[in-house]
This record gives sequence, structure tokens and C-alpha cells, in this order.
Amino acid sequence: MNIVIVGHVDHGKSTVIGRLLADTDSLPQGKLEQVREMCRRNSKPFEYAFLLDALKDERSQGITIDAARCFFKTAKRDYLIIDAPGHIEFLKNMITGASRAEAALLVIDANEGVRENSRRHGYMLKMLGIKQVAVLVNKMDLADYSEEVFKSIEAEYRGFLEEIGIRAKSFIPVSAMQGDNIAAQSSDMTWYKGRTVLEELDAFDEKESEADSLPFRMPVQDVYRFTGSGDDRRIIAGTVESGRLKIGDECVFYPSGKHTHVATFEHFGAGETPTEIKTDMAAGFTMTEQIYIRRGEICCLSGEKTPKVGTSFVASLFWLGISPMVKEKNYLLKIGAAKVPCQLKEIISTLDASTLDRGKKDKIDRHDVAECIIECSKPIAFDLTSEMPKTSRFVLVDEYEISGGGIITAEVEKTGISDVARDLAMRRNEKWETSSIPSELRAKRFGQRPGIVIITGHRYIGKKAMAKELERELWDAGRQVYFLGIGNLLYGVAGEIKVEGEIPDRYEHIRRLGEVANIMMDSGMLLLVTCAEFTANDMEVLEATVDTEHIHTVWLGDKVTTDVVPDLAISDASDRDATAVRIKSFMAERGLIFI
Amino acid sequence: MSESRRTYDKAAYEAHLVELENKSVYLLREAYANFKELCMLWSIGKDSTVMLWLARKAFYGHVPFPLVHVDTHYKIPEMIEYRDRLAREWRIDMIYGENKAALDAKETFPDGRLSHIECCRKLKTEALTHTLAGDWPRYRMNHDTGRYEVDSNTEPYTGVIVGVRADEEGSRSKERYFSPRDKNNDWGVGDQPPEFWGQYKTDFAPGTHVRIHPLLDWTELDIWEYIRRESIPVVSLYFDQGSGRRYRSLGCAPCTTPVESTAKNLDDIIEELRTGKFSNIAERSGREQDKEDGGGLEELRKDGYM
Repeated sequence: MNIVIVGHVDHGKSTVIGRLLADTDSLPQGKLEQVREMCRRNSKPFEYAFLLDALKDERSQGITIDAARCFFKTAKRDYLIIDAPGHIEFLKNMITGASRAEAALLVIDANEGVRENSRRHGYMLKMLGIKQVAVLVNKMDLADYSEEVFKSIEAEYRGFLEEIGIRAKSFIPVSAMQGDNIAAQSSDMTWYKGRTVLEELDAFDEKESEADSLPFRMPVQDVYRFTGSGDDRRIIAGTVESGRLKIGDECVFYPSGKHTHVATFEHFGAGETPTEIKTDMAAGFTMTEQIYIRRGEICCLSGEKTPKVGTSFVASLFWLGISPMVKEKNYLLKIGAAKVPCQLKEIISTLDASTLDRGKKDKIDRHDVAECIIECSKPIAFDLTSEMPKTSRFVLVDEYEISGGGIITAEVEKTGISDVARDLAMRRNEKWETSSIPSELRAKRFGQRPGIVIITGHRYIGKKAMAKELERELWDAGRQVYFLGIGNLLYGVAGEIKVEGEIPDRYEHIRRLGEVANIMMDSGMLLLVTCAEFTANDMEVLEATVDTEHIHTVWLGDKVTTDVVPDLAISDASDRDATAVRIKSFMAERGLIFI
Repeated sequence: MSESRRTYDKAAYEAHLVELENKSVYLLREAYANFKELCMLWSIGKDSTVMLWLARKAFYGHVPFPLVHVDTHYKIPEMIEYRDRLAREWRIDMIYGENKAALDAKETFPDGRLSHIECCRKLKTEALTHTLAGDWPRYRMNHDTGRYEVDSNTEPYTGVIVGVRADEEGSRSKERYFSPRDKNNDWGVGDQPPEFWGQYKTDFAPGTHVRIHPLLDWTELDIWEYIRRESIPVVSLYFDQGSGRRYRSLGCAPCTTPVESTAKNLDDIIEELRTGKFSNIAERSGREQDKEDGGGLEELRKDGYM
């Protein structure tokens, strides 16, 4: 079992660890004597912390600079104890250490009482999701083993923990230096009838067993296909966060909403191939219907509670970055295996984690905790921390560094222009009848991959004539290609919203174009579409309905006059033959047509 | 400090191995998904061989990145034979690098010109740094001929998977799973990225690279238990062949000494570690570079040593 020890600097964490190691007979032979001898020679009083320093080869500044590891064991089980530093600058090391732990010991000095980091660390344990906490009131020998001192610290700190939603398993009065209530009952504190530290450790629960009974969640880490090595399996790989999945189960992927069934679980090496996967397993499975899925989606089990999908959410987050988190700056958000650009949209409140004082600032400083709204540039699938904590957790990357972490507490009402399109597309995918002919087979027969080429640019530059010529040339070269005139759409599929002479609902038209295009992509076609002055917003709506990798934009004309970033810009499109050659080679480069 | 397990609960230990395996597989998959120029260092020793096996586990029989071995040309010959045999059998994209200049100039410890540490720095650290950077030749196995040829790819590796374990010695216990190295290959021990919730440092500035450590949580005993569980082939040098001696840790022939041991198979080795003569003696006690003054290995590691 992994245990983290946290607490304010100099409250005696290292001494507690040293004492635990010594009293459980976990030290290398002669080490204790060696350190005692060293102290004697240097005329220093012996401290267990020196022992720890000697073990960890720590020589710097006398403070632990990282979450180092020590092993010890009791009759019941093995422990890995992670020493998290108390120095304020090293909060990120404390988080690193604590996130690996299943339970925590929080140390408070009986004489100094509850301090800034006693509270901050308590709050971080809550954010990190560590529920099993025992509080050690240390250095009781220096407080005359006073029950009164102990009771007053217990009352104060218990109140704090309850405010943030942690119920401490116990408060234990100890002297790590003297060995009181660590491995053996103290004879100086007969008023204390509770467990010793070792007994308390053994009483902790091994693992959160509830994860298996929660809905199935597996972030897709990758989709493997090693055809180069003669292996035709397409394997969805990932580590299960919660729940169970069996062969034959229908799984749904979010945010796309695509679905398929589990054909086989895959396995290499000793042991049996599993017939079911569950929490914490690094797994892989093949599908019965071949669908196109990428890293970043979350695999769920059909019929169970679905995750939320959206671009915005409310979160509690802690910031570790040296530069503060500010609005209108791009960050990367990593949740599960997804990684999307995001921005800080609104700070609802900031919280001083050491006092619980709420404030309102326009930035989130280092070591602040804040409630805020984050907006991503692409939709993500997530859960709420109150329902499924593991899949509600994300980190934020500033420049190249992980600079913050957060938990999602609520959804935000969807108002974006592409939100409706995306929700509809997701529902459509959930019901989509997957073709019995895999897309690879179509691609092989047609010598092409499906794609929609948007030919855009200034009005009157000859986009339609260009598209028709391109269609003819591709057709003559044996391609399955279709030029979709926008009129074909306006009066039919969008007939009931069409108003003569104008397009009042441009985005709804693009959504419908996207839905038609989506069907044609599934049939393996190359689709040519013209559109005057295509914008980034148009693109967003289209991307909400058609897989992004199918969309390719070509701008004709000397200057790109909208905010779209075209994949290909042809400034001089006057020579139609030359332009057709350029677009065709662009399509070959992008793997749309095979030569 | 190694973990001594005086009692042996078979089911609990199996669960422990499964947990370690799941974590390592997750880390390997994260590395593969995030680093385009990715390689794995293979020292031929038991740890990196377990790591290679875990890669085959993660990618279902495949190893989708090259394995890089730094050849000091002083390795025990069986190690090189074993390397090339496994590379052929498992169709591994095998690459080695070397410090040709130092070898040609006989700037080595065995030639009497350098100390242990200086020799390590030349033949291992420098060779490794330049092989990873791609500015010294890399030799790649041609599976059609079975021979090594100069590799045309000279792109620097930006993700390097390394089989260090936290329990090996002090400096390694401070490592992260994803550990950045700057342009000079320096490791900032005091200022490392936070790691939590299964999220790691996968974004990096140009010119820097990231070391990935899938075996960080494994102990020497875990390694041997896993080798037994999975029947992973290891170099025969680890076993006593009748001389009453065997290697506990493999390195260059002049600087690695066998230990007195009659362990002839995996069961013997595990028994020896669990309860026998080695349960309280450090694994690397036969390795010279750890013994020199000034925190030898930590210094080497800051410069880019594994």
C-alpha cells in the first residue's frame, strides 16, 4: 500500500518515517548504528531524519527536495511510504508524491499547531481524491504529553477538514522522536485509547473497490495496426479507469458517439487472454464493426450512464506554474488521453487554500486554488467529480510544462454555433448503421480515401467552373468523385429553411451540407464543394458534423480574405489546367488519391 | 534500499506484478503516442530485457520503435551474441552506437589511460549522447543480411525509454516517469515536472528530450519474479554454470565482477534474493563506477548517463 506523509515544514515528517522504518525492522543492517555514530562524532543530537537523509543520499539544504520512497512492512502488508516535502516551493513534488498514494498521514507539530501548509496539504489531498487520512499530532513529548493541547489541535483541524469535505480516520497523539504511539502504545499518554500509527495504517482499506461497479470508462490511448509487420488486427488500446467490459458488449466512444461491439480481447505473453476487462487493466480489444476512432476518445459501455460532452465546463483547479494563469492565453488541456487547446474563460472565485478565504482576482497565481470556467477549442468527453472522480480530472499545460490540475464540477450551458451541430452528429453516430464493407476495402477498390474538398475564395473567381473541370479530370482518371452543387442542397435537403434570394441561416445550411457529406464519406466518395468566402466559423460547424481528417480546404485568389486557414492557397488561379494539376497533387500528398 | 519480503503470499505477489505490468504498459503506450522520434535503450541486462518484453506486451508482439544499444566493445561477448540473436528472432529494429574516437585512441580504462569514471563518461555517456543526437554514426541491423549498416536516419531522438529502477541507488529514487533533459542533456534534480493523475510531461522545447522510465517502481526481486512468470529469455551469465560464480549485474567485462553464488536457475536466484545471502546486499555492489567519490553515479547521470 502506498502512503504519503504530508504536513508543514519541520513538523516532523522525516522523523515519523525514520521511526516507522526503525520500529518495523526495515533498515539495512548497521545503518542505525552508523548514523548514531556519525552524530556522536559531529556532536549533534541524533535525529531519525538524519537516518532518512543518509538512506536517500540527501545532502542538500537539510530539506527533502523530492518525494522519495521508503519501504517497510507490517505483519499485515507491505508499505511504500512517500515522503512529501513541507517546503512551500515544492508543492508540485508533494502533489506528485500524494497522487501515487492510497492513504495519507498528515503531521502537525503539537507546539506550533495548525499552520499554513497543514491546511494547504489537507486541501490538496481533497483535490487529489485521497479519502483515507490520519492526522498525527507530533512532538507530544515537548508539550508535556498534554491531552488538552492534543484536543485543541484536533478540534481546530477536524473543523477545517470537515469544511473541505474530508473525514479524518483518526487523530493520533505521537512523539516520533521518543516512539510514542508509533509502533507501540505510549506509557506517557494513557489518556489516549485509540490506535497506534501502525495499527491505523493496517486499518486502511487496500483499494477503492467501488471503481469496478461504476460505469465503464476507458480513454483510448491508441489504435494499433501493425500491418507493416504482417498483422491485420486493429486494436483499441487503453487502461480502464472504471467499470467492466466483456466480449460481445456494445461500446460507444465519446465525444464522437461512434459505436461498435467487442470482438476479442488481445493478449501477449504468459497467462490467459481475458474475457472481461476491468479497472486498472492495460487492455486492448478488436471490434466487430470497423469504425474510425482515434486517441483521445473515451470508450463507454452502451446502456450505462454516458459522459458529458462539451467544450466548456466549470472546474476547481490548483495552479503550480510560476507565471499566473490568465485569460486570453492558450493552454493545453489533457484529460484521459485527449489533448486540446483551451482558455481560461472566467474566474468565478479564488480560494486561499491555507485560510479558505475566498476572493476574486483576474488571474490565478501560483499555489492558488480557483473555481473557474474553462473553454476548449474542441469538444471533450468528461464526467463530473461528484459522480465519477477519475474521469473528471484534467491537467493544464502552459508552454511545455504541466502547470495546473483540476476537477470538473459542473457543465456549462451550450451556446456555441457548433454545439447544436455536434450534439446532433453525436446522436446520429450513436444510431449509425455501420456498413458491412470496411472503409479500407472501399479505399482499396477505389484507389482513394473519402474526402471533401472545399474550393473557396472570392466571389466570381470561377470556383464552380474549376470544381467541374476537376471533377471531370478525376473521373477520367478513374476516381469515384462527385461535384455537389450547393443549389442541389438548398432547394431539397434545406428546402424548408430556404428563403429566396438570401441565406438567413448559413450555419444550418452548412450543417446539412455536412450531414450529406458525411454519408458520402461513408460510401467512400471524393466530394467537391464550392463555397464563397468560407470562414473559421463555417469550418467549425463542418468539423462538428464530418470527421476533421476528411475535410480539405483550397483557397483560390490572391489573398485569403476570411479568418479560415486553408490547407492549400492558390494565389493565381487564372490558369485552370495548372490549378487542376496543383489541386490533384495536393490531394495525392494528403493521401486522398493513390498514384 | 531494497524491499525485503520475509513472508511470501503468492496471490498478493501476483497481484503486485500485475499492477506493475499494467503501469509499465500504460507508460510505454503514452511514450509511443506522444513521441515521434522514440527509441528504447537496451543494455542487454535483465531490467531492459524485461522492459523490451513489456513493450511486446503493450504492442501485442511488436516493438514499434528502435532499440538502441551503446556498445563499449568491452561487453562480455555472450551479451552481444544474445543481443543479435533476440533482435533477429523478435524482428527488432536494432541500432548500436559507439565512441569510435576514444576506442581508436585507446582512451579507456582497460588501456590504462583513464579511471573507471572517465572511461564510463567516454564510452557510455558520450557515445550515448551523440548516438541519441544522431551526430555520430548509428549502426542499424539489416534483417535481410543480419549485419549492421550505417543508419541513414540522423534525426535526434526526442523520447528515450530507459530501464532504470528507483530502488537501484539514491539518485534514481528521485526520478520521474517522464523526465526532461535539456539541450546539454542536463537533469534538473531539484526542479522536476509534477506527475499526477496519469499525466506526464510529453511537451518539450526544441533541442530537449524526455527520458521515459517504465520500470521506476520495480525492484530487483520483481524483475526476477516477472522473468520467471513470463519465461523471458535472459543472458546465461546470470546463472552459475558450475564455477560457483555468476553475474548479478552486467556491464563491461573489465569493470564487472561475478558474485559468489551457486544459483543455477530462476528459482535459485529468487530464493537467494528473497531470503538468502543477497537479501541485504546492494545489487550494484559489483559495479566499479558506483564506488568512486563524489556521488559517482549521480554525477554521471546529470551528464546524461542512464
